[in-house]
Amino acid sequence: MRTRITLALAALLLLLTGCSPGAPADGPVTLRFQSLAWQPDSVAATKELVREWNATHPEIKVEYVQGSWDSVHDQLLTSFEGGEAPDVIHDASDDLADFAYGGYLADLSGLLPARLAADIPRGSWETATFGRGVYGVPFLQEPRVLIADADRLRAAKVRIPTAGHPWSWPEFRQVAKKLTGPGRYGVAWPLKDPVSATLNLSLSAGGRLFHRGADGKVTVRFEAGDAVVARTIHDQVTVDRSAPASTLGSGGADTLPGLFGGRYAMVPLGFSYRQQIVRQAPEGFHWQVLPAPAGADGLTQGVSPQTLSVSADCPHKKEAVAFIDFLLRPRNMVRLALGDWMLPTGTQALKDPALHTARHGWATGTALAARLRPAPAQFVRGYPEWKDKVATPAYQQYYSGASTLAGLRHRLERDGNLVLARYQR
Amino acid sequence: MRTARTPRTRRAARAGQYTALLGYLLFLAFPLLWLLSTALKSPRELGSPHPTWIPRHPTLASVRQAFAEQPLAPAALNSLLVALATAAVTVLIATPMAYVMARHRTRAARAATGWVVVSQAFPFVLLIIPLFLVLKRLRLIDSLTGLVLVYVVWSLPFALWMLAGHVRAVPAELEEAAAVDGAGRLRTLASVTAPLLAPGIAATALFAFVTAWNEFFFALVLLKSPRRQTLPVVLTHFIGAEGVADLGPLAAAAFLATLPSLVFFALVQRRITSGLLTGAVKN
Repeated sequence: MRTRITLALAALLLLLTGCSPGAPADGPVTLRFQSLAWQPDSVAATKELVREWNATHPEIKVEYVQGSWDSVHDQLLTSFEGGEAPDVIHDASDDLADFAYGGYLADLSGLLPARLAADIPRGSWETATFGRGVYGVPFLQEPRVLIADADRLRAAKVRIPTAGHPWSWPEFRQVAKKLTGPGRYGVAWPLKDPVSATLNLSLSAGGRLFHRGADGKVTVRFEAGDAVVARTIHDQVTVDRSAPASTLGSGGADTLPGLFGGRYAMVPLGFSYRQQIVRQAPEGFHWQVLPAPAGADGLTQGVSPQTLSVSADCPHKKEAVAFIDFLLRPRNMVRLALGDWMLPTGTQALKDPALHTARHGWATGTALAARLRPAPAQFVRGYPEWKDKVATPAYQQYYSGASTLAGLRHRLERDGNLVLARYQR
Repeated sequence: MRTARTPRTRRAARAGQYTALLGYLLFLAFPLLWLLSTALKSPRELGSPHPTWIPRHPTLASVRQAFAEQPLAPAALNSLLVALATAAVTVLIATPMAYVMARHRTRAARAATGWVVVSQAFPFVLLIIPLFLVLKRLRLIDSLTGLVLVYVVWSLPFALWMLAGHVRAVPAELEEAAAVDGAGRLRTLASVTAPLLAPGIAATALFAFVTAWNEFFFALVLLKSPRRQTLPVVLTHFIGAEGVADLGPLAAAAFLATLPSLVFFALVQRRITSGLLTGAVKN
């Protein structure tokens, strides 16, 4: 018996040792590409592109590695520290600042082909530019839109907004009130992450919150433009009762059953949620995509595009950039965009007719592309701590009615500036 | 009067006990049942504003989708290998160490026990980067062997603590009696102590197995190649940005991921029960 157990253990350990990687073989360059694509169509499109690359570039082999949005930051940080990071890295631009300043990502500014550099608008490049370097190629972005129950809108006889003639924030508030009735709300705000949603939408009203002084240091200043969106949400929840307080801590997907069931007439969601709606909406549910309300700065809103970067340790940076260039050719960018139900950043890809169809609201989203700007906070060092420790509780308390606008301003400015100051000494 | 009511009262009490037990079992099994229910619902039913306990139109579409989209079977095999090896190695190392710690109350043994307790307080975020560098030097990054090594180190303190308690529960007088009867040290350990320790060893193995089976972060960081990834890492591939999840396939995969742990528990549990009696009576 004892012999059998010993043999079984030895076999197990041998099996495990056999799984260990061997010494790197000579031959073609191998690049590891860590992708965060996760929706079935998106994974399929990305893997298909990797296959196409490998079929046409035998000298540069790309290995697809599946990553996860949920844990990418910690995983990358550890891999960078240990010198084992993937060569080509998929991430979001708001996650790049610390990696870029930490020297973990390669500066792509001298490596990018002219075609790719010219195809992506300057506003998008700014989201991945830190200091003088470009540390990622922004390729997919997602505006926030209103997903609405079309039948409820029609029944209430409200004006349907378009990208050319959107609702103002006060008009949106009126419409939400009109759509509210017993047990039914005009809008539901899923604000599990209240900070980025508020800040990104506040750009429409001219809100900036973060101000860079002549000395280059950033301070928080809560001005009139910053208050428009925040006050609208607060008043909808606590004054008009046209938005339930119960969804303030929810994620976007949590509100979908309520939308389908008629409890909410509108839900502000990311553009890519349409894929879930198509899959989950009951037969006969008519929905439509509306642009988010506009303020003094029109439909402008902040986004943090998905990016492709190259690790600073990658010994084959030129090859890695060539692969990125292939992945982001206009036709391929469209495939990635359709797979993720998002908008491509590339101007050529954006012209593709598949992205201008009225079906599933593609045209409404595409019409917003020109108004997308870098998320206000993404260049601010110390933003993650400010967000977690100061802004998230402050906004949550204000939206639930537990504090006033003055209280919100006071906390964001006083406590926030103390946090930011530590990062800017 | 009293004799007439007693059987009825007993029956009522027994019915109450069974009802309470059933309720408790349902409470314990609820997450698993809910996972199963979610896994068998269609996307439309998952998005329904009126959630149902039992799927109206059960479908295996989510199970099929989960297997089609992610390498669940190879990942489960990796997890199984790692968890079994972790359990085996942990028990092999922890048993003699725990025996020494429990039986020899020296200053060194007390210091070792103290260190075991203190080592549990280290947050693993603090450990992961030095560990990563050590494993890199040993060429054990992206290797299941390296992962087993980490899990053994991670499980060992608690396993030691657990087993030392079990050793203390075995009366030293039994070993002394065996010695008086002429049994040597090894014979005493094998024939008297080991059978009495069997439940503790089984419980420790179970603990190490479940810890390794469920662990996510070390596996995420240490394994780079897709073919070596373990099940918890692959499960996160069903979760997208901002925590949006492909709920049906995620539930299906998560339900299947719980099954090996349950099977292992069922196997080991029998050992725990039988071990309580084995060796208690000296032949």
